[in-house]
Formats: sequence, C-alpha cells, structure tokens
Amino acid sequence: MTTAEIVLRRPPRRLALGWAFVERQTNLWKRHWAWELVWLVYGVVNTLAITFIAKEAANTGAVTSTTELPRLTLFLLIGTLVWAYMSAVLDDMSLVIMWERWEGTIEHTLMTPVPRVVHLLGMSVFGVLHGLIRTSLILACSLPFFSVDLGHADWPVAAAVIAVGSISLVGLGILSGILPLLYPERGEQMSFMVQALVLLVSGVYYAVNVLPGWLQAVSHFSPATYLLRGIRDAIINGDGLSHEAGNLAILALFGVLMVPGALAAFAVAERWAKKTGRLKRQG
Amino acid sequence: MNGRGRQFEEAGVTPLEVRGVTKAFRPSRMRFGSNDGARRGPHTAVDNVSFRVAPGEIYGVIGANGSGKSTLIRILSTLLLPDRGEVRIFGHDVLRDPQSVRPLLNRVSADPSFFRAMSAMENLLFFGRAYGLTGAEARQHSLAILRRLHLGERHSRQPMLHLSRGQQQKVAVARAFLSIPRLMLLDEPTTGLDPRSKRDVQGFVAEVRRQDGVTILLTTHDMDEAELMCDRIGFLSGGRLVAEGTPLELRTQVAAGRPLDQVDMETVFMALTGRSVEEDEDEDEANEHHEEDHDEGDSSRMEGARR
Repeated sequence: MTTAEIVLRRPPRRLALGWAFVERQTNLWKRHWAWELVWLVYGVVNTLAITFIAKEAANTGAVTSTTELPRLTLFLLIGTLVWAYMSAVLDDMSLVIMWERWEGTIEHTLMTPVPRVVHLLGMSVFGVLHGLIRTSLILACSLPFFSVDLGHADWPVAAAVIAVGSISLVGLGILSGILPLLYPERGEQMSFMVQALVLLVSGVYYAVNVLPGWLQAVSHFSPATYLLRGIRDAIINGDGLSHEAGNLAILALFGVLMVPGALAAFAVAERWAKKTGRLKRQG
Repeated sequence: MNGRGRQFEEAGVTPLEVRGVTKAFRPSRMRFGSNDGARRGPHTAVDNVSFRVAPGEIYGVIGANGSGKSTLIRILSTLLLPDRGEVRIFGHDVLRDPQSVRPLLNRVSADPSFFRAMSAMENLLFFGRAYGLTGAEARQHSLAILRRLHLGERHSRQPMLHLSRGQQQKVAVARAFLSIPRLMLLDEPTTGLDPRSKRDVQGFVAEVRRQDGVTILLTTHDMDEAELMCDRIGFLSGGRLVAEGTPLELRTQVAAGRPLDQVDMETVFMALTGRSVEEDEDEDEANEHHEEDHDEGDSSRMEGARR
C-alpha cells in the first residue's frame, strides 16, 4: 500500500494534506517578497490617500462638527483596511488555478490524491492568514498619520465579524477561482470584474444608502456589505454582540450557503474542464 | 520483480487496462475575429485504443508529435475525460473513481513544470506532502533520489529557474518517484536532455523498476530508447494503436526474410504505420488550430522552447 493510500483511508490525515498548500503558498510568498513589499506599500499609500479625504472634508467645511471628523476618518480607514483584507483573500483564491497554469504545474497538482475540498480549504486558510497579516501591517503603518478614537471599540465583536465574514469571503473566492478554470485566457480579467462589482456595491468608501435604488438592492447579495457594516458598528459605535447578532447571523447564512455552493460549482466546472481539455498549462 | 510486483501478479490485478478509448476535440466556438470554428470539424486525438500492461512491465507507446500520446497520458492521469471507452488502473475505474486511482500513479512529462521561484526541495516538499508524506520523509526521500540521479543537496536548495534543463528534469523524476507509485506514466521523459542526463534518467527508471516492480508506461518518439527500455511496444498513429508486440515480434513482422539486426525500429515503425515521424509533424502543422485549443502539449512546447 502506498503512503498516499494509507493517508486517504484516515480522514484526519486526509485533512492534513491541506497543509501542503498553506506551506507551498508561504514559500512562494517568501520567494516573491519583493512583490509582497510592493503590495504593502500600495496598500499603505491607498489607505492614506483615501483617509486623508476626511481632512479635506473638514478643510472645505463639508464636515463641521468636532465629532464628525474622527468619525469620518475612522469610517474611511476601516473601509480601506477591510477592502485590503478582502482583496487579498479574493486575489489568493483566484490564483488557485491561474498561478498553476502560469507555472505549468496544474496537471501535476490536480492529479495528486488531495481531495479538491481539502485543496481549496488549504488555499483558503493561507488566503485568510495572508490577508490578516498584510492588513495588520497596513494598519500599523497608517494609524500614526491619523488621530482616531478607538476607546469605544468592541474588539471581540469586531473579531467575530471578521471570523464569520471570512467564511463567506472564502466562498466568494472559490467562485471567482472557477472563472480561470472555465476561461483559461480571460478568467483572470473576469475575476477582477467580480471584485470590482463587490467594491462598488458593498459600501467600502461610502454608506450603501448613497447608491441608486437598484444598486442598493444588489448590495444585499454581497457578504462584504454586512462584513463592513458589522466591523464599523463594533469599532466606531462600540456595538456589542446583541446589536450585531443580526449581521453575524446573515454573514453565517452567507457562509453556510456560499462555501458548499462554491465547492459544488467548482466540482462541476472541473468536470467540464476535464471534458473539454482545459486542465493544462497556459503559456 | 520485488515482493510488491509479485503480489499483484499473483492476485491477478492488471495494473493498466485500456479498452476502446476515444477522445475527440471540437474547435473553440468563442474565437474573436474568426469564423474558422464553424468550418472545422472535431479532431479525433485518440481513436478506439485498447491495450493491457502487465505487472512490472515497461510498455512503450511510440508515435510522432500529434499522434495522441499526450492525450492518452492525460486520460490515464485522471485529467481528461474520454468520449468513449474504459480505463482501469489496478482494477479501479479511472473515470468513475479517480480518487482511488490517484494515490497509485504518478507522472513525468517532457516539460519539467515547477514553481520556478521556489527551490527544488520546496517543490518536492509540496508534492511529497500532497501524496501523504511528512515533511521529514519528503526531504529524506527527495535527497536520496536526487543523489541517485547525481544531484547534490546544493542543487536542492537552488530555485528551479537557476537549474539547467537536465537538472530540472531530474527533479521532475524525483517528484514522480517520491510518492512510490505503482504505475508510472513517463511522457517523453528524456526529450531535450543531454546524453549524460538521458543515461542517468534511463538508468534510474530501470533500477526502480527492477527494485520496486513499478509498472511503467513510457511514451516516446525515440526508437532507441523504446527498444532499450520497453518489454512491449505499441505504435500510435493518427490516434490509433496500429501495432503492438515485443521489439523482437515487431521486427519479425516486417523483416520479410532479412536478418533481424538489419531491421531497425525506425524501419519497423514506417512499415507498420505507413508514415515517418516527419510526416506526422507535418500533419501537426495542418492541425494547428486544434492544437491551439487542446494541444498535444508538452512535446510541441519543448520544441518551441528549444527554438
């Protein structure tokens, strides 16, 4: 019996196969440290550039109250940071297939005995950890530039919102990872379009109620809307668990529906790719 | 043959059985600025192919570029679904139960694809873990195989993109044998290698087969390699398996009274397929549009890389 056969007969060890992907992505991350630095600098600059808009609003008189400026600053800061986190997770997940095509390893990886669910969950764990580390660094670099009051924040609730919201984010990431599987040449661009749509409708830099009615309706279908709302409520208003139960329940529902749905959709897409000969390297 | 090979032979389990496998590709319908898709019909890459490989045997599939070798390998690797036919690996149905098949097989391609920025060891660690080895086991086995292929620990620490083509292919061989497979698919494993690297790879494969009784399917268009390594050979031409037998049987078939040592395998191939390797490559050019959508892949890419 081969080692792989033994492992596949033991569910706990089967789950551990997912570690292979976390470790591999970490090694890739270390080898491509210069790119990581680029994205970190870009993230910090983007955060500063957008959050300084609050100061401009005060200078031009758009914000007059002394309590409004710190509030607007925190609103924009949270928006940019949460978007940095979400885009890191979505980018990592959309690379599930794309990176393997570039490197030419796709056939070797997909013929390993790692069940696809374990493969995708391994990539998701890395994406979430990567997103959290990058966002924490952006926060550490950006915070000294602004005077914000975090005394009211309910951090455990904010952490709970991020934890529950990340599950639905993983589902969204797996769905966007399907596009490069179906469309080897245009899938990457399509993934970015999905991200752009999420950015538009989820209230990243403005409240959702400023959107036209039909876009507000679309915003209800984005888990990012509830993730952002929950974190802002917890950090800006200090809302406790009782206030955030609704947001958390919706995010949990998104997670429960999206992750199994995305895994099932990936399985169907993979079968179609196998039928049409698309599981091969590109370029 | 070692204990494991004998065990399968005694149990009567056939390592590889291919029955009536057919795969055709249709041209892409979504090609901007071209109506070619509407005019071109499907291209049959593998056409009703059947054969069996015995335990511990090295079975060679010889064919020119575009003859269907890589398509066949992709089907056996659980990466491509045939239109018709059945493939069984150690009794498991490849189409219905790929998850049971995958732990049993591994593959070396003509193109040693790796995560290029990662070191050889980091790549091997990933693939070892994906086949259930612990980190320590993967490192230990990797170094042992690399040493047998005359690559040192120093090489294992270098990023793949700093290694030569021959060294990369040796790492690809190490990756494939790291999982201790029962069936190894070698898809033109020595294409583009210098003579010494070629000998190293061929020697290693022969040694592993002798020691571990691994069953091997080898695709190649190198007649000398096929004759040197294979117990039996099948000729693939236009997607069809047109002849099959031991090298001696195939030579005898076309000798027509001539001494067998005057009949080389190239002559046998031409006599039994009615075409030469060069003719098939010309056909590849004619089928360029199909190759773009669903190419025979590795071989043509390597040609491109060499140019």
